[in-house]
Amino acid sequence: MKHLMSGNAALAEAAILSGCTAYFGYPITPQNELTEHMAKRMVESGGVFIQSESEIAAINMVLGASAAGARAMTSSSGPGMSLKQEGISYLVADELPAVIVNVVRGGPGMGNISPSQSDYFQATRGGGHGDYKTIVLAPSSVQELTEIVPLAFDLADKYRNPVLILGDGMLGQMMEPVDFDGLKRPGDYQKDYILTGAKDRPARSIYSLIFDAKLQEEHNWKLQRKFQLIEQNEVRYETYLTEDAEMIVVAYGMGARIAKGAIKRLRQEGLKVGMLRLITLWPFPAKVLQEMVDTVSEFFVFEMSAGQMVEDVRLALGGKANVHFYGRPGGVIPMPVELYRIVSRHYHQALSALSGK
Amino acid sequence: MQGRIHIDGERCKGCLFCIEFCPKKSIHLSEELNLKGYFVSAFDSGDGCNGCGICALMCPEVAIEVERA
Amino acid sequence: MTTYKPIYERPKLLKEAHFHYCPGCGHGIINRLLMEVIEEMDLADKAICVAPAGCGMLLYNYFDIDVIESAHGRGSAVATGIKRMLPDSLVFSYQGDGDLAAIGTAEGFHAANRGENITVIFVNNGVYGMTGGQMAPTTLIDQVTTTSPLGRNSNLAGHPVRICEVFSMLDGTAYLERVAVNKPAAVVRTKKAIRKAFQRQIDGAGFSLVEILSPCPTAWKMGTLEACTWVDEVMSKVFPLGVVKDVTRAADPGAADPGAADPGAMSATPRSEEAPCS
Repeated sequence: MKHLMSGNAALAEAAILSGCTAYFGYPITPQNELTEHMAKRMVESGGVFIQSESEIAAINMVLGASAAGARAMTSSSGPGMSLKQEGISYLVADELPAVIVNVVRGGPGMGNISPSQSDYFQATRGGGHGDYKTIVLAPSSVQELTEIVPLAFDLADKYRNPVLILGDGMLGQMMEPVDFDGLKRPGDYQKDYILTGAKDRPARSIYSLIFDAKLQEEHNWKLQRKFQLIEQNEVRYETYLTEDAEMIVVAYGMGARIAKGAIKRLRQEGLKVGMLRLITLWPFPAKVLQEMVDTVSEFFVFEMSAGQMVEDVRLALGGKANVHFYGRPGGVIPMPVELYRIVSRHYHQALSALSGK
Repeated sequence: MQGRIHIDGERCKGCLFCIEFCPKKSIHLSEELNLKGYFVSAFDSGDGCNGCGICALMCPEVAIEVERA
Repeated sequence: MTTYKPIYERPKLLKEAHFHYCPGCGHGIINRLLMEVIEEMDLADKAICVAPAGCGMLLYNYFDIDVIESAHGRGSAVATGIKRMLPDSLVFSYQGDGDLAAIGTAEGFHAANRGENITVIFVNNGVYGMTGGQMAPTTLIDQVTTTSPLGRNSNLAGHPVRICEVFSMLDGTAYLERVAVNKPAAVVRTKKAIRKAFQRQIDGAGFSLVEILSPCPTAWKMGTLEACTWVDEVMSKVFPLGVVKDVTRAADPGAADPGAADPGAMSATPRSEEAPCS
C-alpha cells in the first residue's frame, strides 16, 4: 500500500520496521520530521525515544543503547553531524553497531538549510579521530529508503560498525509515494559482546583505551581487516544507459536524480551519455569505474559541493581517463537542464578533441 | 577480643592511612621495600589489635584482610 | 590454638589487578566500597558501570561486572542509553570533576533533569588528576594548580561549582548527598550513601548522585595525611557534607503547582539561606 510521505518520515518509519528499538536525536533543520516521526512511532512501537539535549548526547546515548543490545539510531545535519564525530570514532573503536543519518545541508559553519552534498569527505574519510571507516549509503529516492534503511541496520549488526545514511535536505523534505510492504526486517544477530549484567556469564567490558602501542596497532589492523572485508563484499551501485556510453556521469543521491534528468535530454539529442549512480560511497565502487575505462574515456562527476567525490573518481581512474567536474556548493540545486547544457558542452569538446587526434 | 590482620605488601603504597587511623597503633611503617618501591605497612603482632577493621576500611589498595578470634 | 574467623576480606567483585592510583588516593577506597555494596546487595548480575576518562578510566580492570568506557564527560548520556534499554539493570556512571562538572555538565544536568533512573558517582578532588593537576571547575579560590599557578582567581576563572546544589533544583533528582573518604567515619557514611543511591535506583525513584570529596595528594602537592586533613579543614567548608536532597520519588512536574512549597517532599537540610525553589 502506498503512502505519501516525506523522506525524513519514511526513513524513520523504515527504521522502525527494520527493528530499530532506540532513537535519540536533537532538532536540526532539515531533518526534524524524522525526529518528530520517531517521537510518535517509537513510543507506539514500544521502543525508546529521547529528544536529547544535544547531538553529542544523542550519539552517546546511541552508544550506550547499542552496548546494551539495541538497534539504535540517531539523525542530524551539518553542525550536528560535526558534533557526533567523536562518538562515531568511539563506536567504531568499540565495534558497536549503530545507524547515523545525515540529512546534508549547506555548509560550512551555520551554512543554510538547503540540500547539499558537502559532507562527503566527513562521511567517507571519517570525520572523527583515528584510522577508521564507516559504511556510507546514499539513497536517491524515498522508495529506495525501504531498501537502504534495513540494509543499514543489517550491515551495522553484521560488521559491528556504525553505518551512515547520507541523505540531503531535498530527499528529507520531498514527498513521494512509498510502499513499505516489500521491506524485509533484517534478522537478529547473536550479540555475545553486549552488556546486560553479568548473569550466568563472565563480566564483559567495552572500551577503546589501549595504552600499549603494539596492542593498539593490533586492534587497528583487526579493524582494517574488517574494512577490507566490507570493501570486498558490500560495494553497491547502479548503472543507467552505460552500455554504449561515450561519457559516464558519476553521481549519487539527489545529484543522481538531477543527472538522470540531464541524461534523458542528452540522449534525445543523440549524445551517448550514461550514469554510474553510487549507492555505497564507502566502500567506493572503484572496481566498476576501472572496468569502464576499457570502453569509456570520459567521466563527468556531478555533485552538489565544491568537489569531494570527484577526488575518489580521480583516484580510482588513476589518470587512465579524463575526469570532468561540475559542482555547486552552498545548498544550490542545479536544474537538470542546467546540468544538461554543461555536460553537453564538455561532451562535444571531449569528443572533438578525440576525433582531432 | 583478639584481632589479626594480613597486609599484602606488594599492593601497599605506604600511604600511612592504616597506621594513622588504627585506634590501637598496631601498625607501623616498615623498612621493607616492595617491588613498586614503597616502604610497606606491617602489623604489630602483639595483643594490641582487636580486629576493629578500620585499617581495612581506610586502605585504598584493599591490601588488608582482618580476622578476629 | 586460637581460631580466627574472617572479619574483612577483599570483595570478590574486585579483580586481582593492583590499583594504579597514587598512594592515598580516594579512588581506591571508592572502587572498593562500590564492589562491597554491589556484592552485599546481590546486584552483580544486574550491575553495569560506565567508566569515565580520567584517573577512574581503568575501572574495567578492577570491577568484575559489565563495564563500558565512555568518552570524556558523556557518561550520563551513555548510562541513559543503557538504562532505557535495560530498565531492570543497575546502571551507575563514575565521573570525576572534569568529566561531570566541565565537559559533561550538559549530559549530567539533563540526565538529572529527565529523572533518568541512574546513579552518578561523582568523585570530586578539586583538580584534574589524570592529566597532571590542572584546575577543575571544583578547584577552590586561591588553590594553586598547573593552570592556576598563582591560585584560582575568580575574576579570571570563576568560582567552584557545587554540583549537588545545582542539580537539587531539578525536579528529576531524587537523592543527592555529599560525602568524603578522608577518614573512617566519612568512609562509613560514603558506603551508606552509595547503598542508599542504589536502592533509590532499584525503587525507581529518579536520578541519584553521590558526590565524594576525595584526597588527591599528588596534584595537591601534599602528604597523604595532610590531604585528608585538608578535606576536613578547607574543602568541606566550600563543599559542605550532608544530604542535599532526598525525596522518595522525584517530583512529577505534572502533578503539583511548581510554585507551591511541598513540605512533605523535601526532607533535606537546605544548604543555602534561600530554600530551593519548589
